[in-house]
Amino acid sequence: MRPMAQVAMVMNLDKCIGCHTCSVTCKQAWTNRRGMEYVWFNNVETRPGQGYPRRYEDQDTWRGGWELNRRGALKLKAGGRLKKLAGIFSNPRLPEIKDYYEPWTYDYKNLTDAPLGGDYPVARPVSQLDGKPMKIAWSSNWDDNLGGAPAHGGLDPMVERTRRQVSDKVRFAFEESFMFYLPRICEHCLNPSCVASCPSGAMYKRSEDGIVLVDQDRCRGWRMCVTGCPYKKVYFNHRTGKAEKCTFCYPRIEAGQPTVCSETCVGRLRYLGVLLYDADKVAAAAATPDEKDLYEAQLGVFLDPADPAVRRAAEAAGIPYDWLEAARRSPVHALVSTYRVALPLHPEYRTLPMVWYIPPLSPVVDALTETGHDGEDAGNLFGAIDTLRIPLEYLAELFAAGDTGPVRASLERLAAMRAHMRALTLGETPDPGVPAAVGMAPEAIEDMYRLLALAKYEERYVIPTAAVGDAHELEASALPDTCAVDGDGPFGQDSGRRRLPLVPVENFHRLRRRQTADDEEEV
Amino acid sequence: MTVLLWGVLPYLAFLSLVAGLVWRHRYDRFGWTTRSSQVYESRLLNIASPVFHYGILFVLAGHLIGLFVPESWTSALGVSERAYHLFSLIGGTAAGVLTVAGIAALVYRRRTNAPVFKATTANDKVMYVFLLAAIVLGMAAKLAHSSGTGYDYRTTIAPWSRSLFRLGPDPALMTGVPVLYQVHAVAGMVLIALVPYTRLVHMFSAPVQYLVRPYVVYRSRDPRHLGPGPDRRGWERAGL
Repeated sequence: MRPMAQVAMVMNLDKCIGCHTCSVTCKQAWTNRRGMEYVWFNNVETRPGQGYPRRYEDQDTWRGGWELNRRGALKLKAGGRLKKLAGIFSNPRLPEIKDYYEPWTYDYKNLTDAPLGGDYPVARPVSQLDGKPMKIAWSSNWDDNLGGAPAHGGLDPMVERTRRQVSDKVRFAFEESFMFYLPRICEHCLNPSCVASCPSGAMYKRSEDGIVLVDQDRCRGWRMCVTGCPYKKVYFNHRTGKAEKCTFCYPRIEAGQPTVCSETCVGRLRYLGVLLYDADKVAAAAATPDEKDLYEAQLGVFLDPADPAVRRAAEAAGIPYDWLEAARRSPVHALVSTYRVALPLHPEYRTLPMVWYIPPLSPVVDALTETGHDGEDAGNLFGAIDTLRIPLEYLAELFAAGDTGPVRASLERLAAMRAHMRALTLGETPDPGVPAAVGMAPEAIEDMYRLLALAKYEERYVIPTAAVGDAHELEASALPDTCAVDGDGPFGQDSGRRRLPLVPVENFHRLRRRQTADDEEEV
Repeated sequence: MTVLLWGVLPYLAFLSLVAGLVWRHRYDRFGWTTRSSQVYESRLLNIASPVFHYGILFVLAGHLIGLFVPESWTSALGVSERAYHLFSLIGGTAAGVLTVAGIAALVYRRRTNAPVFKATTANDKVMYVFLLAAIVLGMAAKLAHSSGTGYDYRTTIAPWSRSLFRLGPDPALMTGVPVLYQVHAVAGMVLIALVPYTRLVHMFSAPVQYLVRPYVVYRSRDPRHLGPGPDRRGWERAGL
């Protein structure tokens, strides 16, 4: 066992109202620069929809993620090392900016500077790529709220796959349609294919918190990471010629603060917490033969922070105590492993993503209520999940490689929670059969309700600071390793420094004596 | 003049190359990139860029063979002057045609595609002038002296270039060389001097280590970036 810690995220899709506040605040914090006009580290997609960049999930075209070769070993879908180097002079699978959208601004100056004339002056859209007037044809959320879905919705690769299996399950006629929002950031995968694709070795996964970053000084702009990422969450800054990606707001995480997208989330749907995982099991889990087993395989990689053996191993691996405590209280661990309501986005890419989603139950409840039934009655809901099956196959394509089992199990738990909590709220006697039907104790359901519905700030975000974990090392690194009185100044090399060093408790008195003593004898 | 061009300029170019690379590595690693324009336009680039790059790699290999394999070695192997010339002419022309076709398509793309042209800096334009000059002059020199056994650069240019590396430059060897070859050599030396200061610097970041490193790279947080550290040299705060 080789325990490692990762700060991971869960998003509760039932609560997403598609307001794009996360996208906008993220953009303001990270990508409001030239060269990054078209980049949204966080974007919110309406599903069904083509997504951003358009049809990014169509891996037959974009070749992102991993696949198994004939011997059953992991291999980058875009080709191995030799193929990458041989084709380094161009990247045939690179999305162009126009696959995202052509960024634009408006010619505002014309509003004030236009010569006097008969026409009312307008601010025409101007391309930010070539500075010429342009026709706006697409953007990062062009199909927001199913806009244009009757025409474009069928181009959603997941709709295509769902329709291939169950014909006419996904419809775009107004009264038959359904939709939900899917906020997306970098998945900070356990088995990141972008990192594996980088020829320069500039991308890396931080061993302390699992955040995947690009070393801007080592990136040489080969663009293989953009292709390698199946979620298309590594972007090419066309001004600096370097790759950039979601940083999980690591400066904030290090200080114990939630990411900007989480902090500003209006629906309070994001959860941040530590997950412990066994680094030795990652490769085997990613190479699981049947892609429908990948969800279970990834759950098998996670470690139980309450298990004493795990805690001992984690301590031996140098994971600080407050990180273990955070892992124990982690809302992400609860939703992923304990309640099992959160699911990974596209496990079939074999990257073992670490931003998980609680699938939305609302379309089912809404559809049920519209037919005149009680939308929150457990019996109705359980039946509806299966028989109405509006989005079940579609959700399964997103969250479980097409296997409806995990999605149904998750939705049934959410349905049981609604029924159980309604009974409690209305003062009825809750039916013990409802929690039992989904294999949960009533107390667990109530805990889950607290986490999902009340969603207190300090329960949503349990983030250990980097500094506390490393404080001791920091103290030590601020002090010389050698005997304090050796070195430059009259009282050792620390004397005469402008800033006092951080002082560990162990030698506080020794240091104070050294600094206040009149002669070296006293020290 | 002879000494300046053939005895001093080569060393100046080499010095500029090395010093420039060290300077760039030390102070401008962030700017060290291919500055790809593929996100603007990818269809033409997907053809033209590999054609040019593979062409120029063959050209480089040809130069290395031509300049650093002495005539005595090939004649010892029993290769006649005529056979060598044909090999050099056909191989060199093929590589040259690839390169010229590739760069012509790339320059056309750069000029006609508006976003690509807008992303072209003055630095790039200067670089293109010298790169094009070196390639076109080299091609012209080769083809202008292709009749018969052609111009035997292996008795003049090649020994001269080797003498540079032996630190005993022999400029006199270059006096009788045809003008086209001379101009090509000067353009080439200027180009070498320019490499570190232009986007051409990306040729020194060929990622061969990718073949042997593990796929997933883990890195520890830099402890110096946590908490208040000492100021970097040159960035100490004023006052106090």
